[in-house]
Amino acid sequence: MTPPKATDALHEAQMLSSPPEPAAEAPAPAPAPPARKRTDMADRWLPLAGGLGFLALWQVAVKVLAISPFTLPPPSAVFVALWQDGPELLHALAFTAAITLSAFLLALASGVMLGVALTQNRRIERMLWPYAVALQVTPMVAIAPLVVIWVGLSRAWLALLVLAWVVAFFPILSNTVLGMKSADHGLKNVFTLYRASRWQRFCHLQLPAALPYIIAGMRVSAGLSVIGAVVAEFVAGSGGTTGLAWVITQSGSMLDIARMFAALVVLTAFGLAMNMATGLIQRLLLGAWHESAIEQEN
Amino acid sequence: MQPHPQGSPPPPLVRLAHVGKVYDSGTIALADLTLDVAPGEFISLLGPSGCGKSTALRMIAGLGRHSSGLIDWPTSAYDAAGEPEREIGFVFQEPQLMPWATIAENVRLPLKLARVPRARAQARVAETLEMVGLSAFADAYPRQLSGGMKMRASIARALVTEPRLLLMDEPFAALDEITRTRLSNDLLEIWQRTGCTVLFVTHSVYESVFLSTRILVMAPRPGRVIGEVAIDHPGPRDTAWRQSPAYQAGCRRVSALLAEAMGQPAPA
Repeated sequence: MTPPKATDALHEAQMLSSPPEPAAEAPAPAPAPPARKRTDMADRWLPLAGGLGFLALWQVAVKVLAISPFTLPPPSAVFVALWQDGPELLHALAFTAAITLSAFLLALASGVMLGVALTQNRRIERMLWPYAVALQVTPMVAIAPLVVIWVGLSRAWLALLVLAWVVAFFPILSNTVLGMKSADHGLKNVFTLYRASRWQRFCHLQLPAALPYIIAGMRVSAGLSVIGAVVAEFVAGSGGTTGLAWVITQSGSMLDIARMFAALVVLTAFGLAMNMATGLIQRLLLGAWHESAIEQEN
Repeated sequence: MQPHPQGSPPPPLVRLAHVGKVYDSGTIALADLTLDVAPGEFISLLGPSGCGKSTALRMIAGLGRHSSGLIDWPTSAYDAAGEPEREIGFVFQEPQLMPWATIAENVRLPLKLARVPRARAQARVAETLEMVGLSAFADAYPRQLSGGMKMRASIARALVTEPRLLLMDEPFAALDEITRTRLSNDLLEIWQRTGCTVLFVTHSVYESVFLSTRILVMAPRPGRVIGEVAIDHPGPRDTAWRQSPAYQAGCRRVSALLAEAMGQPAPA
């Protein structure tokens, strides 16, 4: 920006040569004051401290109350199980993770594509939308036996994939449909004014406007696909699969409660990793401009 | 101060003849508007809400069809579909910027939609941002700018195609007094520099007299023009103009017409 020309006596001096607004209107400053850094540190360590405290309490309670390890093993036993059964647990995790990620990516691709297709034509939307909802409200557990029959018991992994996809698909579909319709009316006028083609309107208006909605749907679906993959294995695995749900079922039948907990820990860690990954994608795509990513300083 | 050649006046950019607009609900938004917009003019449409001033602007822009009358562009080419090549820029009441795009990308939008090559478009965007004083904020996102600066970006987007006619629909209505004064000054500067024609919708008497060479005062129910005031001021429109007797006389005449439009007796 050019500095104000103090010597310019003409009336234009106050116009274009001067900075457009007072300095106070510069873009929001990025660095946070040091006082906030300290709160950030505390914020980071507090959950860990809470978790460790809970584990200590659990350990002590099991010892003091003499709870049977077949009911509730102490955390130390869970850690031992994690260590000893590590390779087996990782192997089971690989199976569950493969089902989960495939189902999630399939749901993402099919949800966005169908959502976009539905919003291109009102008739198609009217025709298909009720059935999409019907698919959503039908409990996955109830259609599991049918899916197993269709794909065959020898391909139980495919049944799991289909069931996890059914669960993860709908949030992305409904959010995409909502997002595609949420483009600002004023901006639509701008595009009409400059005679944007349908394709240009889609690329430069509808899709960017829908992005925050699609990402919100994606984050819900990421969690649901983990749940879907595990529940599907419970109801449709029938011993033919080797995921974490199978480890939990098997350990339960053998009363190896510590190993059940170990499998749970691995499952939770995987779910958290999925959540963090989608959170990272959200920050990358929306961080620069979307309200959800803006830190307000008051 | 439009550059009138001696003898015959230039053909108007756009000519409205008995233009009316009736909504499906039966509301008469605009009745019998006749207006010739000559090149170089700065025309204000002034009136209370519901007088059809925004409706008129939107129909000129092609954002709505008129129900009766004729809108003609005598000096513009028409395409195969019978649509005129309007060569307009439109500034809405709200800045209407894409929140996901930087200021430079927002300003480039009309060129991008017209498939102007990127290199040429970027040079033009830089030039236009310079004109509205936003060069330093090319890479900022709209949310990082104040209301006044967003409006500057919106004006830059309207100017980037070098329109012959700039349509402005109460662009400064949502801004504070200080910012509005400043933007008014800059708008006049841009008007003189680019030689474009401006059609400006406002409900502020002072704003219209300060800016315009001609003011159409409109009345509601049904929306119509009830009077016209020419503001002939040869000198620069600056602070001295704002304090001059001619400016005050203009304000009085326009106010009297506006009072009539509102169905009140003119103040003494």
